[in-house]
This record gives sequence, structure tokens and C-alpha cells, in this order.
Amino acid sequence: MARYFTEEHEWIDVEGDSATVGITDYAQGQLGDIVFVELPEVGSVIDKGKDAAVVESVKAASDVYAPISGEVMESNEALEEDPALVNTSPEETGWFFKMTIGDKSELEGLMDAKAYKSFCDSL
Amino acid sequence: MGCFPAPGSARPCFEGRDLSETEENEQQETGTLPLDAWHRGKGARMVEFAGYWMPIQYNKESGGGIVAEHEWTRSSAGLFDVSHMGQLMVTGEKAAEELEKLLPGAIGTLKPGRVRYSLLLNDEGGILDDLMVTNATPWIEGDEEAGTEGHWGEPAYYIVVNGAMKWDDIAHLREHLDDDVTLTHMDDYALVALQGPNAATALNRIMRGVPEQLVFMQSLEHDFGEWPLRITRAGYTGEDGFEISVPAEFAESLCDRLCAEIEVRPAGLGARDSLRLEAGLPLYGHDMTETVDPVSADLAFALTKKRRETGGWMGFDAVRTLMESGPKERRVGLALEGRLPAREGAEIYVGDDKVGRVTSGGFSPTLGHPIAMGYVDVAHAEAGTDLEIMVRNKRLAAKVVTLPFVSHNYYRGS
Repeated sequence: MARYFTEEHEWIDVEGDSATVGITDYAQGQLGDIVFVELPEVGSVIDKGKDAAVVESVKAASDVYAPISGEVMESNEALEEDPALVNTSPEETGWFFKMTIGDKSELEGLMDAKAYKSFCDSL
Repeated sequence: MGCFPAPGSARPCFEGRDLSETEENEQQETGTLPLDAWHRGKGARMVEFAGYWMPIQYNKESGGGIVAEHEWTRSSAGLFDVSHMGQLMVTGEKAAEELEKLLPGAIGTLKPGRVRYSLLLNDEGGILDDLMVTNATPWIEGDEEAGTEGHWGEPAYYIVVNGAMKWDDIAHLREHLDDDVTLTHMDDYALVALQGPNAATALNRIMRGVPEQLVFMQSLEHDFGEWPLRITRAGYTGEDGFEISVPAEFAESLCDRLCAEIEVRPAGLGARDSLRLEAGLPLYGHDMTETVDPVSADLAFALTKKRRETGGWMGFDAVRTLMESGPKERRVGLALEGRLPAREGAEIYVGDDKVGRVTSGGFSPTLGHPIAMGYVDVAHAEAGTDLEIMVRNKRLAAKVVTLPFVSHNYYRGS
């Protein structure tokens, strides 16, 4: 399983033809206390770079963009009950949704963990 | 305030929808305030606000985070830097009379050491800013040898205005106040607010006997060693607390002294906003603007009864007409079901009819559900009315509730 990162601070775990998407620890730290996560509907098709989810912190609403194009297969229902999972476990139990990988070439150009870390350090 | 970017980074996080502070600081370089380094040393995340770098929250490692700071302030005491606000002093024999031309509150009858909430209005009755005015007239001690008795000195009024509006306010005051009165911008002073149920206990340990000299909306000058302070029992959180005006050079030392008390932790603008929203306190530029009048804004309490009759203040004719005819819409509190907050700009509906708009909203840490303030047609503004708020094509159930959402805890004497 390979994990990729975007400049929009999402992570993607790729396993075969599907991927799991969430936001990074850096992102949750920037957003602060998360009170609500609006996830895409299962079966909906999302396009790379377009709105896929919305994260509401105490103070503000922030868009989460689709890191790649594909169809949403499953969304993390645990976030409905406990949106703070995104703060406490952003890169594991606080995942957002699973999706099909519409176009594998879209994974090219995404960062690996090391590249993402230096990207964050440069901010 | 959107997504709380770290300084110096072009696009460090998601694009926020809530671009609350966009109007300010056009082209102007972002200023730094006296406590800038102090905040950074405490792990604050600094954001641009009202033209300055300000702490939005402190880091998790030092017990920070908006919700943690909010809850600490509600249960103990938070220390807020509000040095971006404008601190003004208006002095002169005619100061009260002159201020009464611009403020709808009674200033002439405000006793020394007393504080009043007031408004600057334009000719149309629109709100230019809201402010706190204190009669800061000094008491001059008598001198037996010289044969003089104690007496009040030259009348002086200490005014605190919103940071984003202060330059406009100063221009407005300079334009309309008579030349016989002097307006001083105390820009070499910092202002900090110690807020929470344990604020008085903590302050009393440092400045013994000072808190007990004040009840809510009273103010005094206090020399703490070489630091000349003005301490006012007031704030913007709904809690008991003190605002302390301090010369910039002593601000860091004062904050260190306050934070050395076990009850006190620093708190940022994020918590300040969620606290004031729970307390039902309107925020200028959001819940009131120059196109909103004090009657619609439910701030008629700031119009002193006598002065509503006598007039003689800017905006009087327009406001009097509104008071007679009644406003079309009114500022109300809104309690939402579910967990999804409605933010500024969200539209409010009854059936197919749009009946209002949200002017500030968020999640209430104390209540555990979203709350908002907004303007609603008076026909739908009664407490208990069911409304719907549109957020991203979803209709959220909301109910009009009486403000504040969380009861005030002001100290009015034992």
C-alpha cells in the first residue's frame, strides 16, 4: 500500500484500484477543533481538484478537494458521531472516504511522505 | 479569519469560506503590537486581524486550542490581548457636552469611574462603531500647606473602540468635536482582558484589594509599582473580568505576572469570538454595520432614556422615526439542531420566503450545538419561532431564542 500526499494537505492510501482519503495531521492542526465533517455521498463521482468534502471547525468552514477523480465507495460514518476523530487520529481512524481510482496517471506528481514533510516545513 | 494561515505562507491550508476580516488592512502593511513576541513565545498562531498580527489560538502543547481556551475562560480565567483596539482620551471642560453630540448615551451624568456602552451613529442612524466610554476624570488631592482642597480635575473620558474602525472613528471625532476638547490616541498603550469566574481571585493575589473596589462597568486608575494601569471591570465574554490598559513597555511583564497565577492561561481571538457569540454580544462589521440602526440591532439600551426624548445627537431624527414606526427586522439569537454550523451570510427561511440572514454563527462549545445571530423580519423574530437556515443547499432547523445563549456572569456586588 502506498500513501501519497497533496499540496492541499490530503493523504491518499492506494490499494489496487481503490483509495482511502483523509486530511493530514498538519491540516487538522491548522483547522483546529473540528465540529462537523460533510462527506460526499456514496456513489457520487468526484473530480480531481473539485470540492469533495467540507470540514467545519469552531470558527470556519473549509473545503476539502478531491485529490484524484473517481467514484465514492464508502464514507466514514464514525465522523458523524465523532468529528473530533479528525483531530485525534487524522491519518488513521479519522479517514474521510474511500473511492475508486478513475485515472492512475493522476497519482503521478503527488508527494510521498518525505516530500510532503519538506513541503510543510517550507510553509 | 477563515483558515488561520500561518504568517509568511501563501496558502498553508484549505480555502476558508469565512473571510470575515477582508475589508481591513487594504494595502497597509500588517502591524505588530506590543505583545507580539510574547504571544509567539507562548506558541500562538498569529493571523492578520484589524491590520495587526494577532493570536488566534495557542498551541496544543501549552493547553491551547479554541475549544480548550474557551472552556478555560468559562471555568477559570483567560487572558486576551486586545491591544488592536483603539484607546482614546477626550479631555476638556466641554468634553461631555461635545461627546453627547455624537453619542446617544448620557455622558454628562456619567459619574467618575463609571463606564457606559455606547455607539457612534451617522446622520441616517447607521452604526459607525460601538464603544465603551469611561469617565476618567482624575481626583486631585488637596494640599493642606497650599490650602487647597481635593477636587475633580479636568474632565476626561477614556473611550475604547474597535480596532478595525479606530482610524475612521478618530477622523469622525476630530471632524465633529469642538476644538476646545483634546482627542488623544493612546497608541503607546496595550490593552489586555482577564476574563472568567476566577479573574478576580487571580488579580486580587497580584493587586490586593483592587478587584473589590470595582463592580461590573466601573473603572479606576491603579499604580502597580511603576506601572500606571487603568483597570475596568468589563469585557466581551459574558464572564466577570477586567480590562487592563497598560503602557506598552510594561505589557509583557504584566502578562507574565497574570499568567503566573494558576487560574490564568492565555486565550486567543478564536475563543474570544465563540465566547462573545455565546454571550449574545454583537460584533461590529458583522452583527452591526453602518447600514444597521440601533433599534433593529436590539441595542436600544445604549440610547439613554432621557436622551431619546431630548435628542441633540447625530442620527437622532432617523432613530426617533424608527422607534415610532418600529423596525422591519431585528437581531435575534438562533439555536440550531444537529452539528452543522450556519455561518455569516447564510439565508433564513420560513417555507419559501426568505425572512432573514445570519450575521455570525459557529459552534457553541458550552452548549454542544451550533448557534448564530442574525437579522429576521419582525413577524418571525419572537422567541420560540421555528425557522430554517440554508447551508450548502441543506435546510437546517433553527429556533429563535432569547439572548444570551449562555447566561452572563457579571459581578454586580455582593
